[in-house]
Amino acid sequence: MTAEPLKAGPAPGMSRRRRRRLVLGGQYGAFVVVVAVLAALADWPQLQDNFANYGKAKGLFPEILTVGLRNTVVLTALGFAIGLVLGLVLALMRLSSAAPYRWTATAYIEVFRGLPLLLIFVFVGFGVPLAFPGRTVPGGTTGAGALALGLVAAAYMAETIRAGIEAVPKGQMEAARSLGMPYGRAMASIVIPQAFRIVIPPMTNQLVLLCKDSSLIMFLGISLGGRDLTKFGRDLAGQLGNTTPIVVAGVCYLIITIPLSQLARWLEARQRRGER
Amino acid sequence: MSARKGPGGPAEPAGDAGAAAIEIRGLRKSFGDNEVLSGIDFHVDAGEVVCVIGPSGSGKSTLLRCVNLLEEPSAGTVRVAGAEVTDPDIDIDAARRRIGMVFQSFNLFPHLTALGNVTIAQRKVLKRDRAEAERVARANLERVGLADKVAEYPGRLSGGQQQRVAIARALAMDPRVMLFDEPTSALDPELVGDVLGVMRELAEDGMTMLVVTHEMSFAREVADRVVFMDGGVVVEEGPPSRVLDDPEHERTRTFLARVLDPAGQGP
Repeated sequence: MTAEPLKAGPAPGMSRRRRRRLVLGGQYGAFVVVVAVLAALADWPQLQDNFANYGKAKGLFPEILTVGLRNTVVLTALGFAIGLVLGLVLALMRLSSAAPYRWTATAYIEVFRGLPLLLIFVFVGFGVPLAFPGRTVPGGTTGAGALALGLVAAAYMAETIRAGIEAVPKGQMEAARSLGMPYGRAMASIVIPQAFRIVIPPMTNQLVLLCKDSSLIMFLGISLGGRDLTKFGRDLAGQLGNTTPIVVAGVCYLIITIPLSQLARWLEARQRRGER
Repeated sequence: MSARKGPGGPAEPAGDAGAAAIEIRGLRKSFGDNEVLSGIDFHVDAGEVVCVIGPSGSGKSTLLRCVNLLEEPSAGTVRVAGAEVTDPDIDIDAARRRIGMVFQSFNLFPHLTALGNVTIAQRKVLKRDRAEAERVARANLERVGLADKVAEYPGRLSGGQQQRVAIARALAMDPRVMLFDEPTSALDPELVGDVLGVMRELAEDGMTMLVVTHEMSFAREVADRVVFMDGGVVVEEGPPSRVLDDPEHERTRTFLARVLDPAGQGP
């Protein structure tokens, strides 16, 4: 043995542990200082009155839940359902061996992913009644909003579902066909159930996006009973001259979106571990 | 003849006795410019077990996959149980019901239990009701020695168990012939025996089997005939004792020497 065993010898001046403590301490110190300065500058009673006014927050209930939250959830769920069905159709079209189906699906996906969501909302909300006189989207403004959400979600979901279908090993289709299943039956019973399992985490994230994007419905001019969380919060903020309703609406969103995001993360991790 | 067209149920052809269960004539298959099968002629009689051996890339698996049309032959005809599967007008799904296939990589459906794997095609293709399908499935899972694994998902089964579920899945469709595509090549050595044991029992029960394999001892003991393929053609075929122990062709001899003594240090 000629090599000296590696020793964490004392560095000239300062030990490693001491230096690490110093750096960490500096970081904590800076954080505390910044927070303290901001806290000292803020006008706390003013802030609390404007953003977290208990009395005004209390006055929002139960309507903010029975109207605002309810409409947001309805919009999100409808949009998701439309997106899922249309997205699956588009994914199958993209995988079709008939070229016109592939082209149509590709064009659809590119167009709807390339346009601002607000433009689609306005297009569906105002364009459809103008283009087809005497006709409206069923469900009124809510229907139009859900349709706009679904049309765009479908474009994103189609790509996700297609990737999921392609991620199912080729041998699955071969095994199903060798048992005498026709192509469509093999797709429906064997490939698509596995593809959906693969795409559940990204789909959950899609649901979070939809929930937030549903707030664009306010641009379609909704009735009092059709107000979603954002519109409800904004209206009451205007009426009360206070920002608290916006804060409460925000909290309502987070109550939906944070658990969903966590769920998606958990599902993803579980999938990575290869569990069922 | 029979079983053409008509999704109207599993049309059983009147068993023309004496006819070959599988009959292959002038079979060619190319992938682009690469000709993998260059004119194959042979047959498997009903109740016969034929093992196909040969170096990798010799076209064995492609040959097998042409029998149930997982690969579309470029030329030639394949008849199975009297029906010409290469006829463009045939109902290929009906024909495939009578051809069981076992894959090298098992290809079990991971989202279904062992029982689900064995029942799904019975229910969706043969339209058996749940009770009947489960009865058949349990009987076949028991036949392959897995009566206690009925409720397990494939992910919780060993490779050998998965392959035996795959065999049960194919058997549940009451196939007229069974195709095996290197069924033990993906298995750990200690699991090979269970699968070969099931196949041996199947052979003893009189199943018509076409087996692509590297298991020379299985071929020797179970096969009625051994077919040696190389370079997309059948080089020689005959009883295992002749092909394996006293081959006529130099190519067969070279291959067997390499397979039976991979380290190359034999006598």
